[in-house]
Amino acid sequence: MDLYRELILDHYKHPRNFGHLEKPDVVVEEGNVTCGDRIVMEIKSKVESRKSKVIEAIRFNGEGCAISQASASMLTEKVKGMKLLPIKKMSVLDIETMLGVTLTPSRVKCATLPLEVLHKAIATI
Amino acid sequence: MKDVRADFPQLNRMIHGKRLIYLDSTATSLKPRQVIAKEQEYYTTYCANIFRGIYTTSEEATAAYELARTKVARFIGASTSDEIVFTRNASESINVVMNALSRTNLHGCEIATTIMEHHSNFVPWQQLALGFGVTFRVWNVDASGTLSLKDLEKFVTKKTKLLAVTAVSNVLGTINPIRQICHIAKRMNPHCLVLVDAAQAVPHMKINVKDWDADIVAFSSHKMLGPTGVGVLWGKKELLEEFSPYQYGGEMIKEVHVDRTVFADPPHKFEAGTPHIAGVIGLGAAVDYLEKIGMDAIRNHEIEISDYALKALATVKGITVYGPTNAKDRGGVIAFTMKGTHAHDIAQLLNEDNVCIRAGHHCAMPLHEFLKIPATARASFYVYTTKSDVDALVDGLEKIKKIFQ
Repeated sequence: MDLYRELILDHYKHPRNFGHLEKPDVVVEEGNVTCGDRIVMEIKSKVESRKSKVIEAIRFNGEGCAISQASASMLTEKVKGMKLLPIKKMSVLDIETMLGVTLTPSRVKCATLPLEVLHKAIATI
Repeated sequence: MKDVRADFPQLNRMIHGKRLIYLDSTATSLKPRQVIAKEQEYYTTYCANIFRGIYTTSEEATAAYELARTKVARFIGASTSDEIVFTRNASESINVVMNALSRTNLHGCEIATTIMEHHSNFVPWQQLALGFGVTFRVWNVDASGTLSLKDLEKFVTKKTKLLAVTAVSNVLGTINPIRQICHIAKRMNPHCLVLVDAAQAVPHMKINVKDWDADIVAFSSHKMLGPTGVGVLWGKKELLEEFSPYQYGGEMIKEVHVDRTVFADPPHKFEAGTPHIAGVIGLGAAVDYLEKIGMDAIRNHEIEISDYALKALATVKGITVYGPTNAKDRGGVIAFTMKGTHAHDIAQLLNEDNVCIRAGHHCAMPLHEFLKIPATARASFYVYTTKSDVDALVDGLEKIKKIFQ
């Protein structure tokens, strides 16, 4: 039951940053075919200093289970305004901390799909 | 049907103080103690390799292994036990046939299957067709989830080398009219081979391969109360004689010389290496167990449970059930979706109450794509399923609905 705590259900029912950006720099889509989850991330970045870029705007869309969608919603909130380097360093542990739950082996893929998509997207920026 | 639950040790298992409600027999069945004991008997009293020992325990093991073959042959109405090949699973049984066909001239042929197949009876044929550049044809279901026999007359052509079809869909539950399908396919093309995936049929209803008039039938032990790691391939004798071996090695030969090998006759031609002796003997015990209950009693029990479940699921708002609406037209498996809730979330939340169901595409991705649904939740029934198991499922679904509303 812990997995479906209020916060996760709230993000699933009312996803933040859901939809499309007007002129994204990058659009990446990935699916988890075994469960039918699909996440699309759209990102706009900007140069913050000479050395680093930050995420200026981010939107996601797609469909899937509550865990994948809530994870995407929370992740977009978290990374907005963040520098790319620390995002690249995020791992499954950060996702667990963000969701506030311990993931069972069968659900790790659902929860980390949005991060995978995000990693793929920022690799192209 | 008499209550058999006491025979299944795993049903006594408690997790977090609650009983286990196992509704995933389509994936694999639980095992009765009679099967477990028979496997253990081999390991504790006559463990020896088969066919080669001239000592008592090896002869006992060989006899027990071959007795299981005779039991399986009788169980499915084969003419002789030589038509029964033991493999690792139903997938391997199908791959034996795919491999044999790959060594024949397929030029200008068509390979045909249906949209409702399990991947095990879809991917081998798709890959065979792709590998040889031959036409791969897929017979689609109608809105009610059934295959139209009228379509079949146009579907099978003079070029069709093989039609691969399941006896029972592992998602929709649809029971296909295999006898008519074989009849029509042969009428359209007497040379068309019909391969039946009976993995969801043999455990649940009386079948007779001769009545069906199929050419090849594949199924697995672990879905019919037997051990995992054993599959069965039945083929008409003359076909098995014609087919090339699947694997080479020990046990499958008559003579080996430096420059040539004479293969054993079927079925041993297809059983290279030491087989899963204990598993096959366990399968023999599973056949005994099923026969003791009676396949008609099992079928009637599943109809009763399915009918109860279909009616109960209809009371839950937002549930869509796929496949035929009448329990008599379907096997004991029900796939469904719940509005606003993904199948994985359903399965995960049901697990809180130890209700074990399956979620996903159930190894039938082409069917889910055809139906335009990413995933379904699936509950399936067997000899040990009770109405109270179904009640637990429905109670769980009502709880989930509240969480997601």
